[in-house]
Amino acid sequence: MKAEEFQERRLELAGWPVNLASYRIGTEWHCKADNVSPGAGLCRTTGASREEAEQKAIQRAQELLSRTKRNAV
Amino acid sequence: MPDYAHPEVLVSTEWVEAHANDPTVRIAEVDVDTKAYDEGHVPGAVGWAWNTQLCDTLRRDILSKEKFEELMASSGIKPDTTLIIYGDNNNWFAAWALWQAKIYGHKDVRLMNGGRKKWLAEGRELSAGAPLIQPTNYQAKVADLSLRAFLPQVQEASARRAAAMVDVRSPQEFSGEILAPPGLPETCQRGGHIPGARSIPWGKACNDDGTFKSADELRALYSGEGVDGSKPVIAYCRIGERSSHTWFVLKYLLGFDKVTNYDGSWTEWGNLVGAPVEKGAVAAAKG
Repeated sequence: MKAEEFQERRLELAGWPVNLASYRIGTEWHCKADNVSPGAGLCRTTGASREEAEQKAIQRAQELLSRTKRNAV
Repeated sequence: MPDYAHPEVLVSTEWVEAHANDPTVRIAEVDVDTKAYDEGHVPGAVGWAWNTQLCDTLRRDILSKEKFEELMASSGIKPDTTLIIYGDNNNWFAAWALWQAKIYGHKDVRLMNGGRKKWLAEGRELSAGAPLIQPTNYQAKVADLSLRAFLPQVQEASARRAAAMVDVRSPQEFSGEILAPPGLPETCQRGGHIPGARSIPWGKACNDDGTFKSADELRALYSGEGVDGSKPVIAYCRIGERSSHTWFVLKYLLGFDKVTNYDGSWTEWGNLVGAPVEKGAVAAAKG
């Protein structure tokens, strides 16, 4: 088996830039969401389509990122 | 990879594929996301969990010599095995594993340039099953602690400006705007950075495909912040894995002689009673 149709795209969630990497292994689609800076993994999801896997990742990443507090410097 | 100071510590995905059945080579995957290995991995690779197999699970520390020997032995690794490590997030915890392998004197340990992401993006073969391993009897060397910085050394270096301190976290973590990478749990009481540190995020050392930038680009990146190898360098982040990545770059790709990884990092310094903290954005680079 191998990862196919690997694709990355960037979007903003809860005010933070996020990188989504998605690909298909066999019939299952996988998506990994990372914050762009510093590049830490937020979540990894699966779905029957790229859209489904991405939507799950977006929802989970949004939940996590919305909890991040910004402090005055 | 001929322009690096020590190109022998890096292999390409093509090299790994070509050595898939080489009995002198063992491949290990180490991910931030410890379940990624099960999704599919480089055929023949063993999977190591950074949070249970690459640290002391009782007290906060790296592996003991005995535990490192157990891990190597159970992974079928001999002292003369060529150990190739790769992982997600452009090899964050792969570098952490390599750093420990160097501490315990494993002779030939290398990173797969680009890590898991590049392997996936190139559509290379994946395996779902764990390989059959013939355990070995592994004896490690005495720990080489010249590769590791402890709190007292960092305190002295900061106070005397005796070393170039490289903070590899994001600019927002460095400034104190956030206490952990966005979306991750806060693990410190105070935000900011160690006095005297320069902000050089780890990711600046990488290309978009996860591979390392050229030696010339890396030299320009670090020397632009006054980090040129003329004095000892201490790299730190939050828990020590991102700084392992930068430690690898400075030690092996640029060939700096005295580079240490402060694995206590911000989860130690930012929770320490009475520790001096600087806040705010990056100041102008100094020589």
